[in-house]
Amino acid sequence: MNENWIQVGRVDDIPRQGARVITTAAGEIAVFRTVDDEIFALRDKCPHKGGPLSQGIVHGKKVACPLHDWKINLDTGLAVAPDVGCAARYPVRVEDGRVSLSLTPEDGCPNR
Amino acid sequence: MARMKLVLVGNGMAGMRTLEELLKAAPDLYDITVFGDEPHPNYNRIMLSPVLAGEQTVEQIVLNSRDWYAEHGITLHTGMRVTKIDRKNRCVEADDGQGGKTHADYDRLLLATGSKSFILPIPGADLPGVIGFRDIADVDAMISASGQFKHAVVIGGGLLGLEAANGLKLRGMDVSVVHIAPWLLERQMDEPSARLLQKNLEAKGLNFLLQKQTAELVRGESGRVCALKFKDGDSVPADLVVMAVGIRPNTALAESAGLQCNRGLVVNDTMQTFDPRIYAVGECVNHRGIAYGLVAPLFEQAKVCANHLAEHGVARYQGSMTSTKLKVTGIDLFSAGNFMGGEGMEEIVFQDVGRGSYKKLVLKDNKLAGAVLYGDTLDGAWYFELMRDATDVTDFRDKLLFGRHHVGDSGAGGGLGDEISRVMALPDTTEICGCNGVCKGDIIKAVREKKLFTLDEVRAHTKASGSCGSCTGLVETILAATAGGDYSTAPSKKPLCGCTEHSHDEIRAAILKDTLKTMPETMRALGWKTPDGCTKCRPALNYYLLCAWPTEYLDDAQSRYINERAHGNIQKDGTFSVVPRMWGGLTNPKELRAIADVAEKFNVPEVKVTGGQRIDLFGVKKEDLPAMWKDLSDAGFVSGHAYGKALRTVKTCVGSDWCRFGTQDSTGLGVKLEQMTWGSWTPHKYKMAVSGCPRNCAEATIKDFGVVCVDSGYELHVGGNGGIKVRVTDLLCKVETEAQVMEYCAAFTQLYREEAHYLERTAPWVERVGLSHIKARVVEDETNRKILAERFLISQKPAQVDPWKERADGGQKHEFTPMAALA
Repeated sequence: MNENWIQVGRVDDIPRQGARVITTAAGEIAVFRTVDDEIFALRDKCPHKGGPLSQGIVHGKKVACPLHDWKINLDTGLAVAPDVGCAARYPVRVEDGRVSLSLTPEDGCPNR
Repeated sequence: MARMKLVLVGNGMAGMRTLEELLKAAPDLYDITVFGDEPHPNYNRIMLSPVLAGEQTVEQIVLNSRDWYAEHGITLHTGMRVTKIDRKNRCVEADDGQGGKTHADYDRLLLATGSKSFILPIPGADLPGVIGFRDIADVDAMISASGQFKHAVVIGGGLLGLEAANGLKLRGMDVSVVHIAPWLLERQMDEPSARLLQKNLEAKGLNFLLQKQTAELVRGESGRVCALKFKDGDSVPADLVVMAVGIRPNTALAESAGLQCNRGLVVNDTMQTFDPRIYAVGECVNHRGIAYGLVAPLFEQAKVCANHLAEHGVARYQGSMTSTKLKVTGIDLFSAGNFMGGEGMEEIVFQDVGRGSYKKLVLKDNKLAGAVLYGDTLDGAWYFELMRDATDVTDFRDKLLFGRHHVGDSGAGGGLGDEISRVMALPDTTEICGCNGVCKGDIIKAVREKKLFTLDEVRAHTKASGSCGSCTGLVETILAATAGGDYSTAPSKKPLCGCTEHSHDEIRAAILKDTLKTMPETMRALGWKTPDGCTKCRPALNYYLLCAWPTEYLDDAQSRYINERAHGNIQKDGTFSVVPRMWGGLTNPKELRAIADVAEKFNVPEVKVTGGQRIDLFGVKKEDLPAMWKDLSDAGFVSGHAYGKALRTVKTCVGSDWCRFGTQDSTGLGVKLEQMTWGSWTPHKYKMAVSGCPRNCAEATIKDFGVVCVDSGYELHVGGNGGIKVRVTDLLCKVETEAQVMEYCAAFTQLYREEAHYLERTAPWVERVGLSHIKARVVEDETNRKILAERFLISQKPAQVDPWKERADGGQKHEFTPMAALA
């Protein structure tokens, strides 16, 4: 795995139960913060019709796509059944309240 | 820590459903052992009749395969009858019928021993060829008899008896049904409907012997039963006798263990027996004096029991209302509640013998107390809902009998439906759910393969009827025909969502009564099952709290759908649309110029006039929104709330200023109404209109609140809808002055805000609570009207802050800017 960590901001910059967008040359990444302050990053594109996941309602470890209400698991990027599909995950880590991101998505998801 | 041991006695639908619910709630709490005295894994007992009729196979009705038990680490003992419970040492003993004994220790014991056929205590009842109708063995016996013998007699003209008779007839036997009462199904039907049914079944070749009492079963030369003798001396030949005269809770085991039984194993509201370590569910149980024999109540019990086994300890079972359906293909019958009528009851009856159609509704105190439908059962689910919700039907009593379709049918679930047979005759490729593109075959496949029983489960697995909901009736019909679920799939109470046991109304009441003022506090107090809710309950709670505490509650943006969080409508490409407010649809050159300027400045790709008399700018990038709002705000515009569950527009016609027919200043009144109501959050979107004369050019009679001006004053109309299902408004009242219009509008709007369920438009709300209810509070009670209007105006003070200006001035910046831009 590529260990090029890039600092993108502070945990406090992301609303709890919400998300922020990171723009990159290869498209947008959504960084989520759960009610328990866990941080996840997914490609900001729903596997269904490409809806911006960053705009969805975050509940538990899931986000609901704002376009057609597909639920996507934040920890795996997988859609909740009966829907099938996944959004690519990006490695994130938090140190001293600072969020860092690797731009190399984890393997296993074709949705690039 | 070692896991606790749970033993389930009874491998049937109620017990296994409890385990499934338990595994969902607490998958790792117990080591589970299951004993069943039948040699099969858990199967769908409701579908035995279709198996007998040759319409389904045993394999098709298995609910949990042996692999399923293995996957979940459950030890399954089939063909083993538990014969002893040692409560002191917490251990059960089972017998395999050949002298082999098995023991299992328990920390918790769940009894789901079901029921058994009641066998009449008459001479010959123990002869070979005399059986009940409860399990696969009985069905096998009937199928095998049908291959060797000619004459079958079914004792009992109830649901089960008729289904057995129908199946045996289809298997080629000559079948007589012996029944002691003067008509069939006397517990489900009145005489006229039962006669129609009898005629129909006779046409299928069944023979009926009514008001006959069996005295004796006669032994033939082979040792098998050969005939039936009646008390009046008559007799009929019989090579097979099926006793379907009722079921008895199977409590022998519980009684032998000293547990209190009284026509069923007695349990409390948490499904606990008198021994706190022992729970019981299903047909063996007596809850508040009632032993249920239908699947829906048993599943409700299972849910409650699982909740307590999982040590969540919040759920209570409070009994169920049940309805029944006969599973004989080609015969549609529905009955529920008190359908015989009696003292203080009124009946509405429709009868068309030629068409084979009969409907009877029984009313008590203007509420539906019971219903029998024969032939056309389409509205059964609706009538059942009216009974369950104790809806006052005064306002649509004249149309009640003709079904939901004639009453207005504004909400989800109805209208599109059809009789089961006709729906089931549709090809599998027929699209049922237009929103999600789900075909009939997809639904049937999911119901069969995933063993679904409820509408919610079908929605979760297929999405059918999960969006606009207008195909709900069709989906329910397909579900009922496929899974054999009875109509009582509607639980006695409808929880807001899967996160809670509480209904909308209970939650709203608790917020006020217990002065719950934040979302975490509300979830804690009401025992939410999820840490932070879901997309259904969070927006609802946010609205309920805001409505209850308008001056104190801090709106939770993260619990709002993106449109309300970003104050624009998200479009399919992720851009937003912007609709500035135009009061009463009035505008001027300066405003139009300002709109033209922002459209050019921000490269708006499309500009469109909306149905609500204003202008929509499409394709705006999210990060451009605040700057665009700044320009619009500088030109005097505020948000049009075209994106929210909120007051949308007040549509007007030109009125007396210009129109030669105009009777009042409809435009001016529209502007005043919009100025009073803009910015208010409502359970669903809320639209108004003012027409200057009865020609009604502003279409006020399909709005949530509509005013039609007449020469002598103003007619006020409520509960209209021009959406999925058009509904014309009801006339609330007529008033004389503009000031009165304003007051009534504020009061009605507030009543809707305070009473409707979140995401319930005024149309279904008006139908649910009844127009009389609204008139009583808004029209007839002046004091209450003034209080409601005042509460509305109080909540408007903090609400009428333009969200666009706030954000143009830098508010909620994180919503509109990326956290980081990486090259």
